Amino acid sequence: MMALYLRDLKLATRAGGGALTGILFFMAVVAVVPFGLGPDLKLLAQVGPAMLWIGALLASLLGLDRLFQAEREDGALDMMLMQETPLVLTVFVKCLAHWTASGLPLVLVSPLLGLFLNMEPTAIFATMLTLLAGTPAITLIGAMGAAVAVALPRGGLLVSILVLPLVIPVLIFGVSAAYAAVEDPAPFLPPFMILTAITLFFAVIGPAAAAVALRASSE
Amino acid sequence: MPIRLRVDGLGASRGEDPIFREFCLVLDAGGALLVTGRNGTGKSTFLRTLAGLYPADSGTILLEGATDPTAPVRESLHYLGHRNAMKRDLTVAENLVFWARFSGQAGDPAKDADDALEVVGLGGLGHLPFGYLSAGQQRRAALARLLVAHRPVWLMDEPTAALDTASERMVEALIAGHRATGGIVIAATHQALDVPGAQMLTMSGFAVTA
Amino acid sequence: MRERSLAIRSFTDLANPTRFVALAGRLLPWLASLTALLFAVGLTLCFSTAADYQQGETVRIMYIHVPAAWLSMMGYTVMAASALGTLVWRHPLADVAAKCAAPIGAGFTALALVTGSLWGKPMWGTWWVWDARLTSVFILFLMYLGLIALNRAMDDAGRAAKVSAVLILVGFVNIPIIKFSVDWWNTLHQPASVLRLGGSAIDPEFLRPLLVMALAFTCLFFTLHLAAMRTEIWRRRIAAMRRQAARGAASA
Repeated sequence: MMALYLRDLKLATRAGGGALTGILFFMAVVAVVPFGLGPDLKLLAQVGPAMLWIGALLASLLGLDRLFQAEREDGALDMMLMQETPLVLTVFVKCLAHWTASGLPLVLVSPLLGLFLNMEPTAIFATMLTLLAGTPAITLIGAMGAAVAVALPRGGLLVSILVLPLVIPVLIFGVSAAYAAVEDPAPFLPPFMILTAITLFFAVIGPAAAAVALRASSE
Repeated sequence: MPIRLRVDGLGASRGEDPIFREFCLVLDAGGALLVTGRNGTGKSTFLRTLAGLYPADSGTILLEGATDPTAPVRESLHYLGHRNAMKRDLTVAENLVFWARFSGQAGDPAKDADDALEVVGLGGLGHLPFGYLSAGQQRRAALARLLVAHRPVWLMDEPTAALDTASERMVEALIAGHRATGGIVIAATHQALDVPGAQMLTMSGFAVTA
Repeated sequence: MRERSLAIRSFTDLANPTRFVALAGRLLPWLASLTALLFAVGLTLCFSTAADYQQGETVRIMYIHVPAAWLSMMGYTVMAASALGTLVWRHPLADVAAKCAAPIGAGFTALALVTGSLWGKPMWGTWWVWDARLTSVFILFLMYLGLIALNRAMDDAGRAAKVSAVLILVGFVNIPIIKFSVDWWNTLHQPASVLRLGGSAIDPEFLRPLLVMALAFTCLFFTLHLAAMRTEIWRRRIAAMRRQAARGAASA
């Protein structure tokens, strides 16, 4: 399993991998916000956590459609379906590698973008923490969409459309936890715990559902 | 205990059209089956059904004498499809070592990969990215995958596609070598492969004559 | 007539990657030592001159910030010139030059942004504002990164060079916008004070270390660029040799 994890990381970082593209997209989305809203620093600070979350959400959906499609195109998916290793585990490890290569970098650059949006240090830290807890859920949910759309020739956009409604709870609790850290009356922990629970829940459901979909679509 | 592959009443269809029905086959250790037939008669589907990648309508596939009798048969198979299951951006050796590790092969995968490449005539090319190889070389590298992890039954779909005459002899030698160690080979091909003592199966649309 | 043929020969000489690698190998130690010397002098001057009566010690950030910002624009200009070389003259070294300038330019841009941010906090009370100058430099940074990503995403170096050359030239409109943004819009960022009509507005006390540092940064840019181009040529040779090795094994 370590072999699969390392291989996917190698593929993501080697020439042609999509790791850099996701970060760039994230930065571009956040950079566009001040043009739309106007450069009012107070306003930017207020919408900052939400903007970071939406940017990270869109950026992490970006490369997801290739998660299984690349394996299918060169026939590697067939081998994975035939192994002794449970397919659920294979899917989970692929998700983990995908998150390490494209989700984690988003978390790491988010404080920098927080500065651009004139956010308070506590808000930046809270947003980063919620992103760290929440982005794995996006990848795991996205894996289901990617598995469903794996046999479609142009499934890329479809994956995003399929996945977006499912990730809305992640967005809701991620953003509300980030705001709770800044605004006094609301407590930070309850929404954050729910966010973590969502991630853990989909760590179980996501790979299982994706594995079923992959088996069904192989022919 | 020597192995025996037993296929009973296997059938599969594409949509409403049956491709083959009530297919029975027994292959002992060291046995081989050559599947021939024109394009579109279902050779690939037949192999994929055996590999458990295509849903069968009916029938059973059993491997007697397998190390773990409860495990699905597909785990004892090597399937060499049309596509080579290799990543263009990784080197040939990296690809092979990955498949060896992923297939749960014990031992030293790097050395096994080198040896396997030597056998298929790609010795010393392990450091090249897979995408740099020619089509024939890529096919040979894919054949090396069968050697880095042991599986008793090989399913080969057009193993000689894109290969020259010399490499076809190499494939025949590989098949002979695998059978000599008690393995079973099922190969679909439209080229004349010299596999002594192999059962023949000619697929011709709906009717199957074994 | 003879002059003409001579000129062409020297032009092709420069175009020859082997010659270029040899030349770069001979130039690099000198250029590197010159860079080190200039930095030694420049940094000494930076810290020996007086602090500003208004800004205090933070004024010294200027000696890094301003040259880095200049170099970020010069890096893009070098890329645009190379892109022109790729598209118009199909100069074999031009696409190497364009590809290698991108990461270096991005580095200088990042340095300008970071130092500017550090300077902005004590001066303006914020790390970042979205005024015309800062925004256009940030866009420049994104363009650099985009070009790097584009180059990485393409297998074929020749095709990647042509496509990114088009993008580089289109993106060049941003450079004058950056340069004149402080004059066109009323921004928080101060207007140009070193290079302007009617003489420099900056005291010679500050100007001297600034110019030395600018020279040092320029030398650093060319040192890095030359080294990167040499590495890129070597990398392409290795790739070519690997392909040859694969072909050689096929015929054997």
